[in-house]
Amino acid sequence: MVAQLIRSIEAEQFKAEVPTFGPGDTVRVHARVVEGTRERVQVFEGVVIRRRDGGINENFTVRRIASHGIGVERTFLLHSPRIDRIEVPRRGRVRRARLYYLRGLTGRAARIKERRT
Amino acid sequence: MIDGMLGRKLGMTQIFDETGVVHPVTVVETGPCVVTQVKTPDKDGYSAVQLGFGLDKRLNQPERGHRQASGFMSRTLREVRTDDVAEFTVGQVLKADVFADGEEVDVSGTSKGKGFQGGVKRHGFAGGPKTHGQSDRLRAPGSIGSSATPGRVFKGLRMAGHMGSERVTVQNLRILRVDVERNLLLIEGSVPGPNKGLVMVRRAVKAKKR
Repeated sequence: MVAQLIRSIEAEQFKAEVPTFGPGDTVRVHARVVEGTRERVQVFEGVVIRRRDGGINENFTVRRIASHGIGVERTFLLHSPRIDRIEVPRRGRVRRARLYYLRGLTGRAARIKERRT
Repeated sequence: MIDGMLGRKLGMTQIFDETGVVHPVTVVETGPCVVTQVKTPDKDGYSAVQLGFGLDKRLNQPERGHRQASGFMSRTLREVRTDDVAEFTVGQVLKADVFADGEEVDVSGTSKGKGFQGGVKRHGFAGGPKTHGQSDRLRAPGSIGSSATPGRVFKGLRMAGHMGSERVTVQNLRILRVDVERNLLLIEGSVPGPNKGLVMVRRAVKAKKR
């Protein structure tokens, strides 16, 4: 009963709408960034390499290859008000829940096959 | 206005504020607390309010008799000192709305029992070296005193022993949200004791002036 109560407190803060996506999918995350007093929206696009459950703490990590082939990973809290919007332009076909093996791969080897539905 | 309430720690979670920052919070069910006795300087030599919390079916006759006037068979009774007893009457029910959002509180509870623990965990001793020919020294407490003078170990020397299960107070925790309907306080940070443990929430003694 106590656990239910805490879950209901968390549920009050859940986002009304979250697109379905999982590991292997390519997402475009529109994140609000506060710079001093100004606020703007920054887009981070890449492959989801993991999604972790945890009620209000549910989060996912996006990996993107930045300039000069440097891999950049960013973890987002799914229900954070700082996330404006999540788009899923591409679904990927993967056989694992955690795609940590992508870190060791570069270029053509790091590609993920598209999943057609 | 009463300065303290009895409550039950329900567990921890996290909430977002308006700017999107995550705050860790402890959910505490405060009350309903019922006034079981009002102590006055004339009668008792000091002024205080005795509060009851929870319900208990297995109380003996004297315990029941004491709670009769309040109308609830409270499990726990605790006193809260207050200067103005005039605004309290026996049987009055207090809810979480005695606290406000943003207010600072001190929270007391009985810490989780850790059993018999060594000096490293209990007092933060550094222990000994792991390598360089050591044996049995890794978590040893070191020297506990001199030799023939004084010829004994001083009283109060920090050694291994029972840890936890003692009263602990955490001061100046901020209340982030008050849920009057469900009698809940969301207090930023952690609070002593296990989930479902009894805690006392009081207005902060050393609250920062704003």
